[in-house]
Amino acid sequence: MNRDEIRLSVLSVLRTIAPEMDPVDLDPGANLREQLDIDSMDFLNLVIRLHERFQVDVTEADYVRLLTLDDCVEYLAGKLPVSPGA
Amino acid sequence: MIDFVMPQLGADMTVGKLVAWRKRVGDSVQRGDIIAEVDTDKGVIDVEVFADGVLERYLVEPGATAAVGTPLAQIRESSVPIPAMATSPPPAVAPGEPTAPPVTGPTTGTPGRLAISPSARRLARELGVDPAQMMGTGPGGAITREDVERAATISPPQAPADAPARMRRAIAVAMSRANRDIPHYYLSTTIDVRRALSWLEKENALRPVADRMLYGALLLKAVALALRQYPEFNGFWADGRPQPSDRIHLGVAVSLRQGGLIAPALHDADRLSVGELMCALRDLVERARTGALRGSELSDPTITVTNLGERGVETVFGVIYPPQLALVGFGRIVERPWVVNGQVAATPTINASLAGDHRASDGHRGARLLAAVERLMQEPEKL
Repeated sequence: MNRDEIRLSVLSVLRTIAPEMDPVDLDPGANLREQLDIDSMDFLNLVIRLHERFQVDVTEADYVRLLTLDDCVEYLAGKLPVSPGA
Repeated sequence: MIDFVMPQLGADMTVGKLVAWRKRVGDSVQRGDIIAEVDTDKGVIDVEVFADGVLERYLVEPGATAAVGTPLAQIRESSVPIPAMATSPPPAVAPGEPTAPPVTGPTTGTPGRLAISPSARRLARELGVDPAQMMGTGPGGAITREDVERAATISPPQAPADAPARMRRAIAVAMSRANRDIPHYYLSTTIDVRRALSWLEKENALRPVADRMLYGALLLKAVALALRQYPEFNGFWADGRPQPSDRIHLGVAVSLRQGGLIAPALHDADRLSVGELMCALRDLVERARTGALRGSELSDPTITVTNLGERGVETVFGVIYPPQLALVGFGRIVERPWVVNGQVAATPTINASLAGDHRASDGHRGARLLAAVERLMQEPEKL
């Protein structure tokens, strides 16, 4: 899975949490909690769904590495097996 | 035969619209089954039945608006009758008088001529609502202009875009009533949550992602346990006196993405382990936000708990949701210089506040309730 695929996947997870979100308007470098008005329950659901989708275990200590969309993509890319040509 | 009636899903509800039946005539139903979907100011709610039996007939068709208490369907009870608690607002059946064979059946207006004033009838025509679907509150059950206006607040097909406006109106009604009728008093205290947070961190490290807990679950459990000792804060104000409840159903304030707020019940929160409570909370919040709450969750919270810390505030000054007796609020976790064993240490703390109904309780007991919450939070492993 390359970064673009990861990004699309993360966006689709985010949409389950904030259905009104427009990916075009989402600033990939800005704080997700503030942009999407998500609370700790939403964030926990985000972590659970990322875990389900990517089979990646996100520890609580790593939550600070998932603050923005770019953060999420980088974090997951670092945890996933490198796909050829990625 | 017993009536399944339009339930009152919160103190502010006077009418509801039947959206769909979820059981067919002839189906057997069990207490707790979802029988119908009802549209209210709080969205479309799944409504449970409170009796066991067979759905005998529909009295109201989907699309109709009916006042709270209006019979919507009849249920033939199964051979073993389920005592009490059938149909939420008990119809005119006097408890404790089993001798007279009760004449069950519709207790509100018999078919035939409708008691309604000409001006109310005219208004109903103007507003496009059917007086036959209403329950009158005037003399002798007559339908008044006010009843018609009320029924019209839930009018035929509401566009979903209108939902936030309707919810705002429902909140307005409830909060105006709270401010008018309830003499509030406010107390607050700061709680050291260092132990609770470190316990939670260790506990979560051992749990699979899907079973992780939020500190809010600890706070809810602590409030539920504290209420066992201070029942005057748990229950309702009704008939001019406090009526404590022996069940502890925490109304958990959930903000909705499209705006508005709903506080459905986390049933029997004091009897759940923190893990179970977290699970129930996740489910409840998710359903509140996707519009899949059950009727009982809206009709029976015995106190409201709100956590506004996520939004950055330190202290909550709450408004009690009538007819409840209190509201407990939590602010955000703030690290403060805190004296522990004579030493100043940076310590995470949280502010807990109580809005109490002074008709039902006094500040002295309120202070003890908050102190109990504080004490319970110091031993998170025992929650």
